[in-house]
Amino acid sequence: MAYVIEGETGDWELVIGLEVHAQVTSKSKLFSGAATDFGAEPNTQVSLVDAAMPGMLPVINEKCVEQAVRTGLGLKAKINLTSVFARKNYFYADLPQGYQISQFEFPIVGEGEVILDMPDGSTRTVGIERLHLEQDAGKSLHDQHPSKSFIDLNRAGVSLMEIVSKPDMRSPEEAAAYVTKLRSILRYLGTCDGNMAEGSMRCDANVSVRKAGEPYRTRAEIKNVNSIRFLQQAIEYEARRQIDVYEDGGQVVQETRLWDSTKGETRSMRSKEQAHDYRYFPDPDLLPLVLEQAYVDEIKAGLPELPDEKKDRFIKDYGLSTYDAGVLVAEQANADFFEAVARGRDPKLACNWVMGDFAAAQNRLGRTIDDPVVSAADLGGLVDLIADNTISGRIAKEVFELMVDSGKAPAVIVEEKGLKQVTDTGAIEAAIDAVLAANPDKVADYKGGKDKLFGFFVGQVMKSTGGKANPALVNDILKAKLA
Amino acid sequence: MSKLVSLTMAEARKGLAAKDFTAVELVDAHIRQAEAARPLNAFVTETFEAARAQAAASDQRLAKGQAGAMEGLPIGMKDLFCTEGVRTTACSKILDNFVPPYESTVSANLKKAGAVVLGKTALDEFAMGSSNMTSAFGVVENPWKRASDPAARLVPGGSSGGSAAAVAARMVMGATGTDTGGSIRQPAAFCGITGIKPTYGRCSRWGVIAFASSLDQAGPMARTARDCAIMLGAMAGFDPKDSTSAPVPVPNFEAALTGDVRGLKVGIPREYRPEGLSAEIQALWDKGIALLQAAGATPVEISLPHTKYALPTYYIVAPAECSSNLARYDGLRYGRRVEGKSLDEMYAKSRAAGFGAEVRRRILIGTYVLSAGYYDAYYAKAQKVRRLIAEDFTKAFQTVDVILTPTAPSAAFGIGETDDNPVTMWLNDVFTIPTSLAGLPGLSLPGGLSADGLPLGLQLIGRPFDEETVLRVADVMEKAVGFDAVPALVEG
Repeated sequence: MAYVIEGETGDWELVIGLEVHAQVTSKSKLFSGAATDFGAEPNTQVSLVDAAMPGMLPVINEKCVEQAVRTGLGLKAKINLTSVFARKNYFYADLPQGYQISQFEFPIVGEGEVILDMPDGSTRTVGIERLHLEQDAGKSLHDQHPSKSFIDLNRAGVSLMEIVSKPDMRSPEEAAAYVTKLRSILRYLGTCDGNMAEGSMRCDANVSVRKAGEPYRTRAEIKNVNSIRFLQQAIEYEARRQIDVYEDGGQVVQETRLWDSTKGETRSMRSKEQAHDYRYFPDPDLLPLVLEQAYVDEIKAGLPELPDEKKDRFIKDYGLSTYDAGVLVAEQANADFFEAVARGRDPKLACNWVMGDFAAAQNRLGRTIDDPVVSAADLGGLVDLIADNTISGRIAKEVFELMVDSGKAPAVIVEEKGLKQVTDTGAIEAAIDAVLAANPDKVADYKGGKDKLFGFFVGQVMKSTGGKANPALVNDILKAKLA
Repeated sequence: MSKLVSLTMAEARKGLAAKDFTAVELVDAHIRQAEAARPLNAFVTETFEAARAQAAASDQRLAKGQAGAMEGLPIGMKDLFCTEGVRTTACSKILDNFVPPYESTVSANLKKAGAVVLGKTALDEFAMGSSNMTSAFGVVENPWKRASDPAARLVPGGSSGGSAAAVAARMVMGATGTDTGGSIRQPAAFCGITGIKPTYGRCSRWGVIAFASSLDQAGPMARTARDCAIMLGAMAGFDPKDSTSAPVPVPNFEAALTGDVRGLKVGIPREYRPEGLSAEIQALWDKGIALLQAAGATPVEISLPHTKYALPTYYIVAPAECSSNLARYDGLRYGRRVEGKSLDEMYAKSRAAGFGAEVRRRILIGTYVLSAGYYDAYYAKAQKVRRLIAEDFTKAFQTVDVILTPTAPSAAFGIGETDDNPVTMWLNDVFTIPTSLAGLPGLSLPGGLSADGLPLGLQLIGRPFDEETVLRVADVMEKAVGFDAVPALVEG
């Protein structure tokens, strides 16, 4: 069921490619020893190289190379053993060198793929065109002074991975799923923290529209999209805009457009004619980056289990549904939490609790998985109490809320509150007898064919036992008594 | 004039060790000479006071037996090397107020070896030129005079013209140069001294203001091959701060001066005899060949077929890199700023006010050859030709050990005597540029005087990282030539 936008002239489909700039997790910058911490005082993390002082030279940070290779391997991509740094030349106040050191013709990572987990549980594969390393620019601050712009060079020279997808996405949802999945993989790998709010992951979208079966039409590049929600909005807006242009008899021009999240629109930044001529050429200050296969193999051997593999394992070993497995593995910490709860227990029951009451409580209280409302051990304990019939599933919900409120272990709560399930058949029989005796008319109706009343009797028995009666026993005994 | 200023570094080192004189006396003598020769305009910035203090410190180290390889020897520092706390201008207005908070690796190495820096020597702006006439701080004058016209003021060559003039005029015993297409060798030839551009990667470029990164290389300029060997040993070495610096050990260059060149094969490239080469230069070259033959070496005619493409190749590659390297001079963080109504206007005004005509020309050429649609025709093709030129040398060095050529097509010319066509000026480097493109070591030594009494240079080219052979041959030739002429200024 393909995503289409209905226009006056028929249905339009979307073609989307994404360029994600992911800040490499590293202590120092790509070509200098300056620190990369977020939120430092302006211009306190600037080396002589970052400030482009005369005669300063870049020296590659090996950690960043390792992170790029790691990411490439995580994207099942080709690692190019020889890559070349090139200068991308343009003038701007926050670009001290007058060029950005990037990779152009020969990136460190070639083609790979990302598998999207769609909300309906299906998957789609999006191709990766390339990944290259490059320097970030500084930051221009235009709101500090009425007539001047201030420059903060803390970010100048920080290592970015530009990850370019193929134009394989066909809907805003797929674009969102792509960024979500990419972020998940990067976080698993520990190569980017994926924090879009702090700008450590930024996204440009190339969007075009076409009628079914057509070749690609002209695309526009949308910049400045800093959340997944905005990405979807921006793509939707831009696709609609292009359709309107075509349907009004116009032509879409190749240009760079800026997403304005306040107004919810994209607007032209510069056309192809105004586009910079970046005058790329190999950076003569740096030798080609040559890696040995053994180095790549070593990094590969050290890769963690990635979300796709983990998802497959969860489905296979724990019997989870594709959807549940997909949700659980998105964040490694969530997956770990689940596994801690599920270890040695009924995995489906564990999954229901982690994704059900636990997730709801986490959301309600605004907690992260690093700071869970109940520990994995206690949640596991609760599952144990259900499994060994100490409490019923219904009582368990009550116990869970008490655990969240008090922080006490489930067994303690069950003990203190006397919530232990009644499995004494004599006691249950007595309760049933009392209910039947109090409702002779309903007993008669039931026996006259009103089968539905069985549920009423069960409910009354549970009520009279404070919910503690073992439901299976109640069913069995009740059936026998009404027979 | 004190006799101390006529000493070579090797002689002065002995004298200091024997306590014939002190480093303070040696440095003072050179400061007096530098003061006397001030009209040459060889120094952009003098650091005489600091030099005296350094000399005193050298004397203390000499007394304690802790002398470095260049302890107490007065030198000049080309004003392209960043020097901590000492203004560094690249002879450009755009950096006329720039005082680096750091010291280049090469100048730091020299100071560590005990060398005493008398000041920053002049150069063509950003090392772009072959005459020193593009300096923003006035032209440097060559201490040599034409016999026929002693009143004419001659250029010292460039870009390391201040260094060459200072060494020739005995203001310093040696000086640093940088060579991108001939900037050490051509001024050395014009001023009758010896200078070597080592193999690309031999000396660190860290802290040296960049002109063309894939070509720039620092080297020593002095009055003998031995002094060049001493000084190169102090300057060279792997530097982790320069990714293009070669991780190879620094040999004892002085030990290579065995005086023996017997059995060496000396390549004589036929392409270096272009039509119109002056008879005088031709004769000088032939004399050099004969001297080496007499010393037991064997001249071998070789071919470097792509030589004729070297100049156009260089004038694509070097400006391309320069256009990018000089983008950082934008008036924002340091250097000259001229305010404008917008950022772009500030850039345009600052750079127009800061850069001279030759620098602007090369930035424009470089920007053009890297532009979309022209890159393949110019820059990409030039890189291919550059490889062919390097391969020419690789092939030649399969049969010869060293190559001998003239350094420059003429003797020093007069200030203002050249026409306005920049290409005429660029032709000065026709013999030195191929070596630069190939990254090979090249040395110029005085081969004799022209009929008009001006020094003429001969160039020796060696295999990559084989400066030892180049220096050994230069040392032998130097003794055979017996070049003992001194510039007019020194005589007087």
